Amino acid sequence: MGDWMTVTDRGLSSESKSISQYTSEIKMSPSSLYSQQVLCSSIPLSKNVHSFFSAFCTEDNIEQSVSYLDQELTTFGFPSLYEESKGKETKRELNIVAVLNCMNELLVLQRKNLLAQENVETQNLKLGSDMDHLQSCYSKLKEQLETSRREMIGLQERDRQLQCKNRNLHQLLKNEKDEVQKLQNIIASRATQYNHDMKRKEREYNKLKERLHQLVMNKKDKKIAMDILNYVGRADGKRGSWRTGKTEARNEDEMYKILLNDYEYRQKQILMENAELKKVLQQMKKEMISLLSPQKKKPRERVDDSTGTVISDVEEDAGELSRESMWDLSCETVREQLTNSIRKQWRILKSHVEKLDNQVSKVHLEGFNDEDVISRQDHEQETEKLELEIQQCKEMIKTQQQLLQQQLATACDDDTTSLLRDCYLLEEKERLKEEWSLFKEQKKNFERERRSFTEAAIRLGLERKAFEEERASWLKQQFLNMTTFDHQNSENVKLFSAFSGSSDRDNLTVHSRQPQKKPHSVSNGSPVCMSKLTKSLPASPSTSDFCQTRSCISEHSSINVLNITPEEIKPNQVGGECTNQKWSVASRPGSQEGCYSGCSLTYTNSHVEKDDLP
Amino acid sequence: MNFSEVFKLSSLLCKFSPDGKYLASCVQYRLVVRDVNTLQILQLYTCLDQIQHIEWSADSLFILCAMYKRGLVQVWSLEQPEWHCKIDEGSAGLVASCWSPDGRHILNTTEFHLRITVWSLCTKSVSYIKYPKACLQGITFTRDGRYMALAERRDCKDYVSIFVCSDWQLLRHFDTDTQDLTGIEWAPNGCVLAVWDTCLEYKILLYSLDGRLLSAYSAYEWSLGIKSVAWSPSSQFLAVGSYDGKVRILNHVTWKMITEFGHPATINNPKTVVYKEAQKSPQLGLGCLSFPPPGAGAGPLPSSESKFSLQTLKPVTDRANPKIGIGMLAFSPDSYFLATRNDNTPNAVWVWDIQKLRLFAVLEQLSPVRTFQWDPQQPRLAICTGGSRLYLWSPAGCMSVQVPGEGDFAVLSLCWHLSGDSMALLSKDHVCLCFLETEAAVSTACRQLGGHT
Repeated sequence: MGDWMTVTDRGLSSESKSISQYTSEIKMSPSSLYSQQVLCSSIPLSKNVHSFFSAFCTEDNIEQSVSYLDQELTTFGFPSLYEESKGKETKRELNIVAVLNCMNELLVLQRKNLLAQENVETQNLKLGSDMDHLQSCYSKLKEQLETSRREMIGLQERDRQLQCKNRNLHQLLKNEKDEVQKLQNIIASRATQYNHDMKRKEREYNKLKERLHQLVMNKKDKKIAMDILNYVGRADGKRGSWRTGKTEARNEDEMYKILLNDYEYRQKQILMENAELKKVLQQMKKEMISLLSPQKKKPRERVDDSTGTVISDVEEDAGELSRESMWDLSCETVREQLTNSIRKQWRILKSHVEKLDNQVSKVHLEGFNDEDVISRQDHEQETEKLELEIQQCKEMIKTQQQLLQQQLATACDDDTTSLLRDCYLLEEKERLKEEWSLFKEQKKNFERERRSFTEAAIRLGLERKAFEEERASWLKQQFLNMTTFDHQNSENVKLFSAFSGSSDRDNLTVHSRQPQKKPHSVSNGSPVCMSKLTKSLPASPSTSDFCQTRSCISEHSSINVLNITPEEIKPNQVGGECTNQKWSVASRPGSQEGCYSGCSLTYTNSHVEKDDLP
Repeated sequence: MNFSEVFKLSSLLCKFSPDGKYLASCVQYRLVVRDVNTLQILQLYTCLDQIQHIEWSADSLFILCAMYKRGLVQVWSLEQPEWHCKIDEGSAGLVASCWSPDGRHILNTTEFHLRITVWSLCTKSVSYIKYPKACLQGITFTRDGRYMALAERRDCKDYVSIFVCSDWQLLRHFDTDTQDLTGIEWAPNGCVLAVWDTCLEYKILLYSLDGRLLSAYSAYEWSLGIKSVAWSPSSQFLAVGSYDGKVRILNHVTWKMITEFGHPATINNPKTVVYKEAQKSPQLGLGCLSFPPPGAGAGPLPSSESKFSLQTLKPVTDRANPKIGIGMLAFSPDSYFLATRNDNTPNAVWVWDIQKLRLFAVLEQLSPVRTFQWDPQQPRLAICTGGSRLYLWSPAGCMSVQVPGEGDFAVLSLCWHLSGDSMALLSKDHVCLCFLETEAAVSTACRQLGGHT
C-alpha cells in the first residue's frame, strides 16, 4: 500500500486533486483491483471515466498527459511510451507502437476485467439467490419451530389435562374402592343380620312346630292309625328282637365290622397297587442296571467325579438285587435306600443321555472331521501325486505325438515317400487311435487307482486308530516286562552307537506304521526261544501278516522301501541270530517313533544295520 | 328295537319291580301290575284316591301307594291280592312316604316335617323320629339296607342321625358344619356319607359311618355352590356339580379334587365327538335309525368342524333357582363314564371319560334334555327330550328312535329295566315299553299281545 501511496503522491504533482484522488481510489492496489471494482458500482465509475477523459487531454497538455500516462503505465509495469532516450538531455519521443501495444493490452485487460466482472456479477446473483433461498429456509424453519413450539405447548396442555383426568380417575377409583368396601361391609352386616333373622324365624318356626306337634299329637287323633289285614313276617324270617343294651352293642360291633371290612378291602387294594408299582420299579431298576453296566468301563476312563461312586452304587445295587425278598418285608426300611439308588441311577442315566445328546450335537456340528483329518491330508497328498503322474503321462503322450508328427513331417519332405504318405498316414492314424484308446484306458486305470487309494486311505485311518490302541496296550505290557528287555538293551546300545549316522527316516516311518503282531515274541528274553521263533518264521503267521501289512502300506510309502522288503525277508530266512533279533524287533510295534524308551530306539537302529548288511 | 302297545298312565307313575319281573303303573286311582315279559295284567288294585306316589318294596312283594292329599298310604301285596294295609296319617298330613330297605317298614314324613313315622308291617309298633330336616334329600339308605342317615335340624343347627334299619336304633348322632344342609348321600359301599351345604355356599363334607369327619371340600366362596352330587358305583369318585358350570371329581383316598370338568359353550378339542341332532322332514312309521344312516331322518350327526358352539341360554339371574350350573349328573354302571347336563346349555348332554378324565362326547339335541339314565348293565345312555324320540348313546355311537304310535308320544321320562333289555317310556298319560335287543322276548311279547287283545 505504501508504494502506491508514493506513486499517487508523485502523480499528484500537477493534476487536480480530484483526479489523483480518483486514481488513488481506483488503483489502491493491483491485487484489490477486482474486488474494488466489484465493490464499486460500475455505472458511476464509467461516468466518471467518461468525464475524466473529456477533461484529461487538451491541445495544450498533450505532452504532460503523455508523460503522465507513461508514468502511470510504467508504474503498472507496462513498457514505457517513449523511445529509449539516447541522451539525458534529449527529449524523449513518443513511441507509437508502444502506445498502441499498451492500448491493446489495456483493452485486453479491460475485456478481461469486464468478463471477470460479469462472472462476479453472476456469482453475486447466485449468491444472492442462495441467500434468498437460505433466508426462505430460515423463515420456514422458524415457522416450523414456531408451530412445533405451539404443538408442544398443546401437548403439554393435553398432558396436563390427562394427568388431571388421571388424578380424577384415581380419585374415583379410590371412591369406588371405598364404596366396594362399604358395600362389602354392608353385605357382611346384612348377612349376619339375615342369619340372625333366619335363626330367629327358625326358632319361631320351631316353636310353632312344637306347638303344632303337641296339638296334633296330643289330641289322640283317632285317624292316625294303620289298618292292616294281618301282620306279615319279617323279610329275614326272624322275629323282631327287643331293644336292649345288647343290641346296641351288637349294632356298634357290626358297624365297626363293616368299617373294618371296608378298610381291609381298601388296604388290600392299596397293597395290590403297591405290589404292582414295586414290580414296575424293580423292573425299571433292573433295566437301568443292565443299561448302565456296559458303560461301566467307559465312565471309568472318564475323569468324572461322580463315576467312582456311581459304579460302586451299581455294584451295590446288583448285590441288593439278590435281596429282593427284603422288599416284601417292609417298605419302610428299604424305601429310602431304594429311592436313593433309583435316584442316583436315574441321575447317571440322565447325565449319560445328556452326554450322548451333546456328542450327537457335536457330531452334527463338526461333521466327520474328527477322524478323517489325517486321512484326508494323506489323501490329498496322494491325489496330488497321482495327478502329477497323470500330468507326466500326458506330457509323455504329447511328446510322443510330437515325435510322430515330426517323423511324418520328415517323411513328407521326402518326395519319393510322398506317394506312400497317404497310406502310411492312415496306418499311423489307426495306430495313434489305438494308442489313444490305450492311453485313455491307462487314464481310467489311474483314476481307479486313485479311488482305491482314497478308500485305502480311509481304511488306513481306521487301521491307524486300531493300531494306536493296540500300541497303547502293548506299551503297557512292555512297561510291565521292562526288566526283561534290559539285557538286550545293553547289547543293542553298542550297535546303535556304531550305526547312528545311517538311520533312515523312511524306514522308521514304515516301521512305525506297521501294526504290532507279536509282542510276546519280544517279551521273551531267552535266546533259545528266539532261535526257535526264527526257524518257524517263514511259515509263521507273523511274517506273512507282516508282509501283508507291508504291501498294504506300500501304496502309501515310497517305492524304494517296497523294494527292501523282499530283501529283508530273504536274509531272515537264511539269517543267523542277529537278524532274527532284528526281525522280531521289526515285527514289534514298540520300535516306532524311537522316543518311548531306549530299547525301542535300539531296535530300530538294529533294523537299519541289517539293511546295510546285505 | 321294538315297541309295545301304549298303556294308559297318570302322573308318570310307572315302575319296574326291583326283581325285574313286574311293571307297576297307575291310572288315576288304580294300580296295575303287569308281567314284564308278557305285559299281561297280573293284578289290579283300586286305591281310595288318585295315587301320587308308588314304590316297590325291596323284595318286590309289596307296593306302596301314597295319596298325599289325603294323608293316606295304601300297601298292596303281590302274593296275596286280598291282603291290604292302609296307613292314615290323620291331621298331621303327609308329604313323603318311602319303604325301608327291608320292605317291612314304611317311613312317612308328616307335613311341615314335624316328624317321620316308621310303620312296621310285621309288628304293631310305630316309631317316631323328630326334627327331620326339610330338605331336598334328607333320607338316605345304604345300599345294603343296613343303615339310614337322616338329616335333622335342631336349634338352628344341622345334625345327621344314623339309624340301624333292622331295629331303628340310633347308632350315631352328630352335628355337621353346615349353614343349611341340603342333601346327604351314602357312598355305594355304605361307609362314607357325603353331606353338602345349601347352594349359597360351596361346601361338601364327608363323614365316616361312625360319624368321624373324613374331609371337607370347598372349591370357592362367595358364589352359588353345589347343585348336584353323584357317587360313582365303585365308590371311588364323587362328582360334584356346581353353579359355576363345572363338575369336580373327588377321589376316595385323599378326598381331594382329581380334576374339574368345565362345560364351555364351545368345544375345541377335535378328539371330542359332537353329535348334533339335525331337523329334517318328519319321518313317520316304526323303525330304528342307527347311526350313521345314509339319508336318514332326524338323527344326531357328528360335526366335523374343529370348533363347535352349543346353544346357550342366558340365565335370568335375578330369580331364584337360576338355570345355570350342573343340574344332572350320573355315572355309568361301570364307573367309566359320567353324563352331565349344564342347565344353561339344556340341549346338550356331556359324556366324560372317567378313565382318561376328559370329555368324550357331547350330544346336542333340538330341545332341552328332560332326563337321561344309564343302562344298568352297560355303558349305554338313554336320553329323552320331551319329544317323540328316544336317544341312545354308547361309546360306539349314537342313535335316535322315533316312538311309534298315533300322534306324538312325547317321552317325558324313562326308566330302564334291570336287565338293560327294555325300558319304559313315559309320556303325560301313556306308557310304552321299548325292547332293545332280545328278539325272543319281543316276539313273545308281540304274540301275547296279539292273543290278548
